[in-house]
Amino acid sequence: MPKDSGIGASSKRREDIRFLTGEGNYTDDINVNGQAYVYFLRSDIAHGTLDSVDTSAAEGMEGVVRIFTGADFEAVGSVPCGWQITDKHGEPMQEPRHPVLAHGKVRHVGEPIAAVVAETLEQARDAAEAIEVEISELPAVVNMKDAVKADAPKVHDDLTSNLCYDWGFVEENKGAVDQAFKEAAHVTTLELVNNRLVANPMEPRVAVGDYSRGTGDYTLFTTSQNPHVIRLLMGAFVLGIPEHKLRVVAPDVGGGFGTKIFHYQEEAFVTFAAKACNRAVKWTSSRSEAFMSDAHGRDHVTKIELALDAEHNFTALRTDTYANMGAYLSTFAPSVPTWLHGTLMAGNYKTPLIYVNVKAVFTNTVPVDAYRGAGRPEATYQLERLVDKAAHELGVDPIKLRRQNFIMEFPYATPVAVEYDTGDYVATMDKLEEMADIGGFAARRKASEAKGKLRGFGVNCYIEACGIAPSNLVGQLGARAGLFESCTVRVNATGGLVVMTGSHSHGQGHETSFSQVVADMIGIPEDMVEVVHGDTANTPMGMGTYGSRSLAVGGSAMVRATEKIIAKAKKIASHLLEASEGDVELKDGAFTVAGTDKSVAWGDVTLAAYVPHNYPLEEIEPGLEETAFYDPSNFTYPSGAYACEVELDPETGQVTIERFSAADDFGNIVNPMIVTGQVHGGLAQGIGQALLENCAYDSDGQLLSASYMDYAMPRATDVPFYDVDHSCQTPCTHNPLGVKGCGEAGAIGSPPAVVNAVLDAMRSGGSTVDHIDMPVSPHRVWEAMNGSGV
Amino acid sequence: MTEVKMTVNGKAASGNVEGRTLLVQFLREDMGLTGTHVGCDTSQCGACVVHVNGEAVKSCTMLAVEAQGAEVSTIEGQAAPDGTLNTIQQAFQDHHGLQCGFCTPGMVMSAAALLKDNPKPTESDVRHYLDGNICRCTGYHNIVKAIMAASGQDVSAIAGE
Repeated sequence: MPKDSGIGASSKRREDIRFLTGEGNYTDDINVNGQAYVYFLRSDIAHGTLDSVDTSAAEGMEGVVRIFTGADFEAVGSVPCGWQITDKHGEPMQEPRHPVLAHGKVRHVGEPIAAVVAETLEQARDAAEAIEVEISELPAVVNMKDAVKADAPKVHDDLTSNLCYDWGFVEENKGAVDQAFKEAAHVTTLELVNNRLVANPMEPRVAVGDYSRGTGDYTLFTTSQNPHVIRLLMGAFVLGIPEHKLRVVAPDVGGGFGTKIFHYQEEAFVTFAAKACNRAVKWTSSRSEAFMSDAHGRDHVTKIELALDAEHNFTALRTDTYANMGAYLSTFAPSVPTWLHGTLMAGNYKTPLIYVNVKAVFTNTVPVDAYRGAGRPEATYQLERLVDKAAHELGVDPIKLRRQNFIMEFPYATPVAVEYDTGDYVATMDKLEEMADIGGFAARRKASEAKGKLRGFGVNCYIEACGIAPSNLVGQLGARAGLFESCTVRVNATGGLVVMTGSHSHGQGHETSFSQVVADMIGIPEDMVEVVHGDTANTPMGMGTYGSRSLAVGGSAMVRATEKIIAKAKKIASHLLEASEGDVELKDGAFTVAGTDKSVAWGDVTLAAYVPHNYPLEEIEPGLEETAFYDPSNFTYPSGAYACEVELDPETGQVTIERFSAADDFGNIVNPMIVTGQVHGGLAQGIGQALLENCAYDSDGQLLSASYMDYAMPRATDVPFYDVDHSCQTPCTHNPLGVKGCGEAGAIGSPPAVVNAVLDAMRSGGSTVDHIDMPVSPHRVWEAMNGSGV
Repeated sequence: MTEVKMTVNGKAASGNVEGRTLLVQFLREDMGLTGTHVGCDTSQCGACVVHVNGEAVKSCTMLAVEAQGAEVSTIEGQAAPDGTLNTIQQAFQDHHGLQCGFCTPGMVMSAAALLKDNPKPTESDVRHYLDGNICRCTGYHNIVKAIMAASGQDVSAIAGE
């Protein structure tokens, strides 16, 4: 029987009530008395010298409060990068200055040049039109391989080139890897593009800055996945505001998917301008602005090679990737193609030798950073496309080839620096084969062919590293932050609890699932637990939500804090029960003395903590409130196997997803309903990447896909009902809940299955094409099948 | 400035607006009804869907002055006065048809308009009707399922958790 509450129950989400009735409190719903509005004048040129910004005509326009340009921010710090990569020669990456408003040069379309603060948004926008900007256009660099040529125009004149870093991993293994390729019985080579995407949470970014002359306190309301990180980065590195004078609030946030992790100029601007103008300043991004100012995702160009022996065992893997950084380094950008990508290249396979080379490149495009999966989808896509290609070259079944090379024993130390604690790749593949009804495929293909359509089947496996991460490890890898998580649990006198977490929920349902855990530990109803998040004023310093880390890291901090609460409550209970502490047990919301009928209810113990009339004051303090900081000892390693079945219309090249099956191993699960929903959403984003989405630039650096008219977001008609299973569970061995994280799996695991299925369909129609780049649009499919010259 | 008068969720509403003021701005900024959201600027995403004289309308694509005298209903007017969710809202909660909640008001309003015209929609009917509502969180599975459930159809055969 499924549980009806606590860990393992599909408790309905408490946050839904406010979202379903229009009572959500998103940042754009927040208005501060007397606030002004800012409109950013953004560059429409990708690369140029900023000769002049003449605001004189705009200054006197109706409603204008003040106009800011780059000169106003000369004394202000650079927007910081939170991760430093060391290149293969032991040198630090090249790190350019990132101004709040452009100064001297513009480096991408959308870079803010001036900011008009006015009484109304319309007045600010009208005045911005009257600003005269002179830009001497320079040749733009867009293509990464062109950008690293010796004669390429430089995005940053003060850097030696457009190469941010040239990273080799593991550099010491390179010789052995090359030797294995020389000795291989078969080598499969694949060149592919991981298309640039835009995260597109449905809520555009918003920032409201406020400042009090009376107290000297700043408040920033912002659409963030990690308000404490924004407070630290902006306060310490950009504006020089000590953390105790700066409050950052990220209330209800309408989706993040990574792009709301980062500290953006607009946040620093509204905070700075609030003091400069002595009134609150509000910025609400339009969707068009979002396309040219939110950090983009993916954008890798890769050559990958697999060496196999005569028995089809993988003997070595070698990859060569160009990763686009855009014009500036966004907060975590350098870590994505390196530590979040290279360390995953073993995948689910026991390939003994691996070498990964990544060249990170500056171009005149919007900065690129983490997007759902962040490095892991790029790794999975390469590897799982490559294994499929190898299977076809060798004439063996793709599933059989995968199974033959699966890692079978855990813990498993990969040749790319990580140790998988648990997994069972055979179990998830077995489950997948059952779900996907492979036996029925031939009949379904026949039925499609009877309609003049082609049908294809594709699979892939995935592994991801989640729960980012052990602070001491990421510190060695270049992170300039700790990646612990925090939680304070406050028990009220009448027994209810407030859980104040450093994690942040922006769709994941933490208010529900976190309550389930604490309620289960104490044995009380879930509605006795309230979860507070998203405000630096009432939560302990935490690192926020990304990398599927909330439950694995934040949930662990919550468990530790709750354990401290229970330990103290037990002391109080043993005093009230006049029993030895070792004999007292907590069960179903009551403390009992083993072997007796003596019992004291949870609420009587909590009341005693705050009304300590009969209380062991000489031994323990009154009150019941505990904080824990949790820093894990390893990443977690969710894994799974996915299958996609497509139908392809050879007349038009149109591909439709007919079935999608996902067998995941997330370890233990707190709320199966929420976990399934997370996978659904990830699958739609992965299918979107595979079939629809593409952030396109022309060769001059003009952004061609800057609205939903041009950037193809997945709609309801583009996706099927999904079949999702997470019954294969190998719990994580190093966190107290045994959880692994589920937020990114769908987006990581689905693109290769889709492309593998499309190629299978094309082959069934006689095509000999062995690769097609994403998005697999009708145009691309038709050309691949008919030739571009037809 | 022009004075506009309309009925919003059954109550008289009025205000002075510019000619360029959109209905969604009037609702959010003048009426304080912030449940209606703005997710794009090209009339694509549907987070702003409200009902005007019973028809689903993207309130980012209608001027406030065009709603002069109209009956407007928004997400804030969907639950019963005592707060009980209506059938569609309840189905969205029961079937986990929302995550971040930002597209949700538009989804609920579109679903209501669909079920008024088509009380027993097929999966394909629902998916096609939602072409103008983008959700980035749910992958649509549970939204489609919730709307079919709200129409009284048995959804137990659709994959669950």
